[in-house]
Amino acid sequence: MSVSAIGQALAELVPVGARVLDLGCGDGALLAHLKATRGCTGYGIEIDDTNVLACVQRGVNVIQLNLDEGLSMFEDASFDVVLQIDTLQNLRNAEVMLRETVRVGQVGIVAFPNFAHWPNRLSVLRGRMPVTRRLPYQWYNTPNIRVGTHADLGLLAHACGLKVIDSFGIQNGEVQRFAPNLLAGTSVYKLTR
Amino acid sequence: MQLIATPQSMSFAAALPLQSGASLRDYTLSYETYGSLNAAKSNAVLVCHALNASHHVAGVYEGQPKSEGWWDNMIGPGKPLDTNKFFVIGVNNLGSCFGSTGPMHTNPDTGQVYGADFPVVTVEDWVDAQARLLDALGIQTLAAVMGGSLGGMQALSWTLQYPDRVRHALVIASAPNLTAENIAFNEVARRAIVTDPDFHGGHFYQHGTVPKRGLRIARMIGHITYLSDDVMNEKFGRELRDAVLAQAKDTASALDTRDYKYSTQDIEFQIESYLRYQGDKFAEYFDANTYLLITRALDYFDPARAYGGNLSLALGRATAKFLLVSFTTDWRFSPKRSREIVKALLDNQREVSYAEISARHGHDAFLLDDPRYISVIRSYFESMEVSA
Repeated sequence: MSVSAIGQALAELVPVGARVLDLGCGDGALLAHLKATRGCTGYGIEIDDTNVLACVQRGVNVIQLNLDEGLSMFEDASFDVVLQIDTLQNLRNAEVMLRETVRVGQVGIVAFPNFAHWPNRLSVLRGRMPVTRRLPYQWYNTPNIRVGTHADLGLLAHACGLKVIDSFGIQNGEVQRFAPNLLAGTSVYKLTR
Repeated sequence: MQLIATPQSMSFAAALPLQSGASLRDYTLSYETYGSLNAAKSNAVLVCHALNASHHVAGVYEGQPKSEGWWDNMIGPGKPLDTNKFFVIGVNNLGSCFGSTGPMHTNPDTGQVYGADFPVVTVEDWVDAQARLLDALGIQTLAAVMGGSLGGMQALSWTLQYPDRVRHALVIASAPNLTAENIAFNEVARRAIVTDPDFHGGHFYQHGTVPKRGLRIARMIGHITYLSDDVMNEKFGRELRDAVLAQAKDTASALDTRDYKYSTQDIEFQIESYLRYQGDKFAEYFDANTYLLITRALDYFDPARAYGGNLSLALGRATAKFLLVSFTTDWRFSPKRSREIVKALLDNQREVSYAEISARHGHDAFLLDDPRYISVIRSYFESMEVSA
């Protein structure tokens, strides 16, 4: 499996040779990509058995852990970059995990589906929860238990006392800097303490 | 085709210095190997055994189709640890009762059977002895060392004692040391043996006795701790033994399952029958002094001890890549203990992967065929590069 367009765009935010922790690393494709193209080292955290196996198969270091139990296994600032790609929206304690991300990492990179993307707004205006390529689930079976917008995450980061180094959207694999809250399906924040 | 195993042995004249300050000389190690060592001698995998196992790890003995090795489901041609790719070595540890020098052998210093005088051996001593065997086999570096439970402790210890001789370590259902509760279980087992009148202070060989009562109880306790509550309930529940026997004979009507015997000493419940059977079987083949020695080796293992209890400092020496596996219902070597090792490796920025398998079979799960567990081990060995 190759890295998604979003993954490629995010990989470019990671400094060459960085020590990376990928929270909710899936099948390990992004970590393998970072290792191969940017000389990064690090670990993925994953709860799902199939994904853990996929990581082991591709030789990516993976730690099987429930992120809702926290990151107590990791010391402060022990990673250059902590990635949280499409993970935040699945976590019960999203706020705690946001704080943990920048405790463990010098820099946290968070990406998640932006519910304020205009097709989603249209859908809600029509009275229905959005079902799109980016959000392919029905309201009753979605794993996305935290539904937020690009603007919302900025406010949460501020409330947590985190500095936003950069923030933008990603749409069709391209960085979307103009009106990301309206025009981007994916929201990206680069944060630090 | 079934792998045919051939037990071998190697004798060592030079004294092996032990952690206790004592030493062992003129000792023999029993071992088996499977597959072939490649030209670069880069494909050797050492498999370490736990409490009651031996060097007979895989395959069967010629003409004995039921003599499968204790990890035969894991190791062999085409199996997760594939002997078509790797040269696998199983060694019986010193103090054991399956071939290597142990308490039932003769002490060269006295001409008498060692018995209780066999020196206390530790995990570190075993690893030193294993290293000498590898020297003799011409193997400088292991592609991997692998073990479950007490075997996992040996694998971990290898990475600390001989860091430049191990490329990968697979530490399964193990722990960085025993908890007080774990030592407590071991002590109950040891007391059962030592207080058996047939034990004679460990010199029962001269008396022509075997402390079977003690061994049986030791095994019963051990067996309880290797299973999970769930599995025990599912397997035995509150079933009454005689009702089960009656059913087997198709005379269920003869015995109402609600009828107790109202006896304090007869076997009433099926679980009692099972434990007694396991105890009886064990007492037939296992040596009492070996049981004491091996449980003590478990108690003593604690690599962090020399570092003020700081495991992260202790594991700083390790350079191998690690795979750790634990099982959710294992309460004897719980996932928490494996996570301690993982954390210490993370603190040292070592390469480590960790799989926490939600299995129902308690500590015994590491010997069973859970597909998620087996696949992880298979994938780990498949992705391991071995230079020709």
